[in-house]
Amino acid sequence: MFSASHRLHSEALSAAENVATYGKCNNPYGHGHNYVLEVTVSGPVDESTGMVCNLTDLDGFVQREILERFDQQNLNCLPEFRNAVPTTENLCIAIYDILQRGFRLAHLEKVRFEETMMNSFEYAGGNEVIV
Amino acid sequence: MVYLTRKAEFSASHYYHNPQFSAEENQRVFGKCNNPNGHGHNYTLEVTVKGEVDPRSGFVVDLKQLKETMHREVLDAMDHRFLNKEVPEFFHRIPTTENLAISIWQRLSPKLTRAKLHRVRVYETPDLFVDFYGEA
Repeated sequence: MFSASHRLHSEALSAAENVATYGKCNNPYGHGHNYVLEVTVSGPVDESTGMVCNLTDLDGFVQREILERFDQQNLNCLPEFRNAVPTTENLCIAIYDILQRGFRLAHLEKVRFEETMMNSFEYAGGNEVIV
Repeated sequence: MVYLTRKAEFSASHYYHNPQFSAEENQRVFGKCNNPNGHGHNYTLEVTVKGEVDPRSGFVVDLKQLKETMHREVLDAMDHRFLNKEVPEFFHRIPTTENLAISIWQRLSPKLTRAKLHRVRVYETPDLFVDFYGEA
Protein backbone atom coordinates (compact mmCIF):
# COMPACT_ATOMS: atom_id res chain seq x y z
CA MET A 1 0.00 0.00 0.00
CA PHE A 2 1.10 3.55 -0.60
CA SER A 3 -0.45 6.94 0.02
CA ALA A 4 -0.29 9.66 -2.60
CA SER A 5 -2.12 12.72 -3.77
CA HIS A 6 -3.25 13.63 -7.24
CA ARG A 7 -5.33 16.07 -9.18
CA LEU A 8 -7.29 14.98 -12.23
CA HIS A 9 -6.88 17.69 -14.83
CA SER A 10 -6.38 17.31 -18.56
CA GLU A 11 -4.63 19.94 -20.66
CA ALA A 12 -6.68 18.62 -23.59
CA LEU A 13 -9.89 19.85 -21.95
CA SER A 14 -11.16 23.36 -21.21
CA ALA A 15 -11.58 24.51 -17.60
CA ALA A 16 -15.33 23.87 -17.83
CA GLU A 17 -14.81 20.43 -19.39
CA ASN A 18 -12.30 19.54 -16.68
CA VAL A 19 -14.83 20.38 -13.98
CA ALA A 20 -17.59 18.52 -15.84
CA THR A 21 -15.39 15.44 -16.35
CA TYR A 22 -13.56 15.21 -13.03
CA GLY A 23 -15.85 17.03 -10.58
CA LYS A 24 -14.30 17.14 -7.10
CA CYS A 25 -11.19 15.41 -8.43
CA ASN A 26 -10.35 18.56 -10.42
CA ASN A 27 -9.70 20.56 -7.21
CA PRO A 28 -6.42 22.40 -8.00
CA TYR A 29 -5.02 21.59 -4.56
CA GLY A 30 -5.37 17.87 -5.17
CA HIS A 31 -6.56 15.13 -2.83
CA GLY A 32 -5.17 11.81 -1.69
CA HIS A 33 -5.81 8.08 -1.53
CA ASN A 34 -4.39 5.04 0.17
CA TYR A 35 -3.70 2.91 -2.88
CA VAL A 36 -3.69 -0.85 -2.33
CA LEU A 37 -1.53 -2.51 -4.97
CA GLU A 38 -1.77 -6.19 -5.91
CA VAL A 39 0.82 -7.66 -8.27
CA THR A 40 0.08 -11.06 -9.79
CA VAL A 41 2.91 -13.10 -11.32
CA SER A 42 2.85 -16.61 -12.72
CA GLY A 43 5.30 -19.33 -13.64
CA PRO A 44 6.20 -22.95 -13.08
CA VAL A 45 7.02 -24.04 -9.54
CA ASP A 46 10.79 -24.36 -9.20
CA GLU A 47 11.51 -27.92 -8.07
CA SER A 48 14.39 -26.98 -5.80
CA THR A 49 12.59 -24.15 -3.97
CA GLY A 50 8.90 -25.00 -4.39
CA MET A 51 8.36 -21.38 -5.41
CA VAL A 52 7.18 -19.56 -8.52
CA CYS A 53 9.54 -16.80 -7.52
CA ASN A 54 11.02 -15.76 -4.22
CA LEU A 55 8.55 -13.38 -2.60
CA THR A 56 11.48 -11.56 -1.02
CA ASP A 57 12.68 -10.65 -4.51
CA LEU A 58 9.22 -9.46 -5.56
CA ASP A 59 8.71 -7.54 -2.32
CA GLY A 60 12.15 -5.97 -2.66
CA PHE A 61 11.46 -4.88 -6.23
CA VAL A 62 8.07 -3.40 -5.36
CA GLN A 63 9.52 -1.63 -2.32
CA ARG A 64 12.48 -0.21 -4.21
CA GLU A 65 10.98 0.63 -7.59
CA ILE A 66 7.39 1.49 -6.66
CA LEU A 67 6.72 2.24 -3.00
CA GLU A 68 9.87 4.31 -2.46
CA ARG A 69 9.07 6.36 -5.55
CA PHE A 70 5.29 6.72 -5.19
CA ASP A 71 4.56 6.67 -1.44
CA GLN A 72 3.81 10.09 0.09
CA GLN A 73 4.17 11.78 -3.28
CA ASN A 74 2.01 13.96 -5.48
CA LEU A 75 1.46 11.77 -8.54
CA ASN A 76 1.12 14.79 -10.83
CA CYS A 77 4.77 15.65 -10.08
CA LEU A 78 6.14 12.25 -11.14
CA PRO A 79 7.61 11.75 -14.64
CA GLU A 80 5.05 8.99 -15.39
CA PHE A 81 2.31 11.63 -15.33
CA ARG A 82 4.04 14.47 -17.14
CA ASN A 83 1.86 13.74 -20.16
CA ALA A 84 -0.90 11.58 -18.66
CA VAL A 85 -3.67 12.32 -16.17
CA PRO A 86 -2.98 10.36 -12.95
CA THR A 87 -6.24 8.44 -12.98
CA THR A 88 -6.03 5.01 -11.42
CA GLU A 89 -6.39 3.57 -14.94
CA ASN A 90 -3.15 5.30 -15.94
CA LEU A 91 -1.55 4.44 -12.59
CA CYS A 92 -2.21 0.75 -13.30
CA ILE A 93 -0.55 1.06 -16.70
CA ALA A 94 2.46 2.96 -15.29
CA ILE A 95 3.05 0.42 -12.52
CA TYR A 96 2.56 -2.50 -14.92
CA ASP A 97 5.20 -0.98 -17.21
CA ILE A 98 7.69 -0.59 -14.34
CA LEU A 99 7.24 -4.24 -13.34
CA GLN A 100 7.28 -5.47 -16.92
CA ARG A 101 10.56 -3.67 -17.64
CA GLY A 102 12.35 -4.47 -14.40
CA PHE A 103 11.10 -7.65 -12.76
CA ARG A 104 12.44 -10.65 -14.66
CA LEU A 105 12.02 -13.45 -12.14
CA ALA A 106 8.44 -14.45 -13.05
CA HIS A 107 5.85 -13.65 -15.69
CA LEU A 108 3.82 -10.55 -14.85
CA GLU A 109 0.12 -11.37 -15.15
CA LYS A 110 -1.60 -8.27 -13.91
CA VAL A 111 -1.65 -5.27 -11.65
CA ARG A 112 -4.68 -4.44 -9.53
CA PHE A 113 -5.28 -1.24 -7.59
CA GLU A 114 -7.87 -0.45 -4.98
CA GLU A 115 -8.28 3.30 -5.02
CA THR A 116 -10.99 3.18 -2.36
CA MET A 117 -12.94 0.36 -0.73
CA MET A 118 -15.54 0.79 -3.47
CA ASN A 119 -13.35 1.12 -6.59
CA SER A 120 -10.68 -1.09 -8.09
CA PHE A 121 -8.81 -1.27 -11.40
CA GLU A 122 -6.96 -4.05 -13.20
CA TYR A 123 -4.50 -4.05 -16.10
CA ALA A 124 -2.85 -7.01 -17.78
CA GLY A 125 -0.82 -5.28 -20.46
CA GLY A 126 -3.86 -4.97 -22.70
CA ASN A 127 -4.64 -8.67 -22.40
CA GLU A 128 -7.81 -10.22 -21.05
CA VAL A 129 -7.67 -10.48 -17.28
CA ILE A 130 -7.69 -14.08 -16.07
CA VAL A 131 -10.15 -14.46 -13.22
CA MET B 1 -7.72 -2.59 -21.98
CA VAL B 2 -8.28 -1.69 -18.32
CA TYR B 3 -10.83 -3.28 -16.01
CA LEU B 4 -12.67 -1.18 -13.46
CA THR B 5 -14.77 -2.55 -10.61
CA ARG B 6 -17.28 -0.57 -8.62
CA LYS B 7 -18.93 -1.93 -5.47
CA ALA B 8 -22.33 -1.22 -3.99
CA GLU B 9 -24.35 -2.75 -1.19
CA PHE B 10 -28.05 -3.40 -0.87
CA SER B 11 -30.27 -5.29 1.50
CA ALA B 12 -33.24 -7.34 0.40
CA SER B 13 -35.39 -10.26 1.40
CA HIS B 14 -36.38 -13.30 -0.62
CA TYR B 15 -37.47 -16.90 -0.43
CA TYR B 16 -37.00 -19.86 -2.72
CA HIS B 17 -40.05 -21.64 -4.05
CA ASN B 18 -40.82 -23.43 -7.30
CA PRO B 19 -44.58 -23.71 -7.92
CA GLN B 20 -43.96 -26.77 -10.09
CA PHE B 21 -42.56 -28.65 -7.08
CA SER B 22 -44.70 -30.22 -4.40
CA ALA B 23 -44.52 -28.73 -0.91
CA GLU B 24 -42.25 -31.61 0.11
CA GLU B 25 -39.97 -31.12 -2.88
CA ASN B 26 -39.71 -27.39 -2.20
CA GLN B 27 -38.80 -28.12 1.37
CA ARG B 28 -36.27 -30.78 0.39
CA VAL B 29 -34.59 -28.67 -2.31
CA PHE B 30 -34.65 -25.27 -0.66
CA GLY B 31 -34.72 -26.11 3.06
CA LYS B 32 -34.91 -23.07 5.34
CA CYS B 33 -34.86 -20.77 2.30
CA ASN B 34 -38.38 -22.02 1.43
CA ASN B 35 -39.94 -20.10 4.36
CA PRO B 36 -42.68 -18.08 2.56
CA ASN B 37 -42.26 -15.16 4.91
CA GLY B 38 -38.81 -14.63 3.48
CA HIS B 39 -35.44 -13.89 4.96
CA GLY B 40 -32.86 -11.24 4.16
CA HIS B 41 -29.28 -10.62 3.13
CA ASN B 42 -26.87 -7.75 2.85
CA TYR B 43 -25.82 -8.16 -0.76
CA THR B 44 -22.55 -6.75 -2.05
CA LEU B 45 -22.58 -6.05 -5.76
CA GLU B 46 -19.38 -5.70 -7.78
CA VAL B 47 -19.73 -4.48 -11.33
CA THR B 48 -16.66 -4.79 -13.59
CA VAL B 49 -16.46 -2.94 -16.89
CA LYS B 50 -13.64 -3.00 -19.41
CA GLY B 51 -12.42 -0.65 -22.10
CA GLU B 52 -9.58 1.40 -23.44
CA VAL B 53 -8.39 4.45 -21.50
CA ASP B 54 -9.63 7.67 -23.12
CA PRO B 55 -6.38 9.61 -23.78
CA ARG B 56 -8.09 12.93 -23.06
CA SER B 57 -9.61 12.08 -19.70
CA GLY B 58 -7.51 9.11 -18.57
CA PHE B 59 -10.78 7.31 -17.76
CA VAL B 60 -12.22 4.02 -18.97
CA VAL B 61 -15.58 5.19 -17.73
CA ASP B 62 -16.81 8.03 -15.54
CA LEU B 63 -17.06 6.38 -12.11
CA LYS B 64 -19.76 8.80 -11.03
CA GLN B 65 -21.91 7.86 -14.01
CA LEU B 66 -21.31 4.15 -13.36
CA LYS B 67 -22.31 4.62 -9.73
CA GLU B 68 -25.46 6.51 -10.76
CA THR B 69 -26.37 3.82 -13.31
CA MET B 70 -25.93 1.09 -10.68
CA HIS B 71 -28.10 3.01 -8.25
CA ARG B 72 -30.80 3.83 -10.79
CA GLU B 73 -31.01 0.40 -12.45
CA VAL B 74 -30.33 -1.90 -9.50
CA LEU B 75 -30.33 -0.36 -6.05
CA ASP B 76 -33.43 1.80 -6.51
CA ALA B 77 -35.32 -1.34 -7.58
CA MET B 78 -33.88 -3.85 -5.11
CA ASP B 79 -32.63 -2.15 -1.95
CA HIS B 80 -34.94 -2.81 1.00
CA ARG B 81 -37.32 -4.82 -1.17
CA PHE B 82 -38.85 -8.27 -1.02
CA LEU B 83 -37.41 -9.57 -4.28
CA ASN B 84 -40.16 -12.15 -4.95
CA LYS B 85 -42.96 -9.64 -4.59
CA GLU B 86 -41.50 -6.30 -5.65
CA VAL B 87 -38.98 -6.94 -8.43
CA PRO B 88 -40.80 -7.97 -11.63
CA GLU B 89 -38.26 -10.50 -12.94
CA PHE B 90 -38.68 -12.50 -9.74
CA PHE B 91 -42.46 -12.75 -9.89
CA HIS B 92 -41.93 -15.97 -11.88
CA ARG B 93 -38.21 -16.67 -11.44
CA ILE B 94 -36.63 -17.87 -8.22
CA PRO B 95 -34.49 -15.06 -6.74
CA THR B 96 -31.40 -17.16 -6.15
CA THR B 97 -28.10 -15.30 -6.19
CA GLU B 98 -27.45 -16.91 -9.60
CA ASN B 99 -30.64 -15.39 -11.02
CA LEU B 100 -29.94 -12.13 -9.24
CA ALA B 101 -26.56 -11.83 -10.99
CA ILE B 102 -28.21 -12.54 -14.37
CA SER B 103 -30.96 -10.02 -13.69
CA ILE B 104 -28.47 -7.33 -12.70
CA TRP B 105 -26.46 -8.05 -15.88
CA GLN B 106 -29.62 -7.66 -17.97
CA ARG B 107 -30.50 -4.41 -16.24
CA LEU B 108 -27.02 -2.86 -16.58
CA SER B 109 -25.71 -4.16 -19.90
CA PRO B 110 -27.91 -2.03 -22.21
CA LYS B 111 -27.29 1.07 -20.11
CA LEU B 112 -23.49 0.98 -20.30
CA THR B 113 -22.35 2.71 -23.45
CA ARG B 114 -18.82 3.96 -22.77
CA ALA B 115 -17.35 0.69 -21.52
CA LYS B 116 -18.35 -2.95 -21.91
CA LEU B 117 -19.82 -4.87 -19.02
CA HIS B 118 -17.36 -7.66 -18.14
CA ARG B 119 -18.60 -9.26 -14.93
CA VAL B 120 -21.36 -9.01 -12.38
CA ARG B 121 -20.40 -10.44 -8.99
CA VAL B 122 -22.99 -10.70 -6.25
CA TYR B 123 -22.05 -11.64 -2.70
CA GLU B 124 -25.03 -13.07 -0.84
CA THR B 125 -22.91 -13.39 2.31
CA PRO B 126 -19.17 -12.76 2.78
CA ASP B 127 -18.64 -16.51 2.20
CA LEU B 128 -20.70 -16.93 -0.97
CA PHE B 129 -20.70 -15.13 -4.26
CA VAL B 130 -21.82 -15.68 -7.85
CA ASP B 131 -20.09 -14.42 -11.01
CA PHE B 132 -21.91 -13.87 -14.30
CA TYR B 133 -20.08 -12.93 -17.51
CA GLY B 134 -23.05 -12.67 -19.85
CA GLU B 135 -24.54 -15.30 -22.08
CA ALA B 136 -21.67 -15.86 -24.51
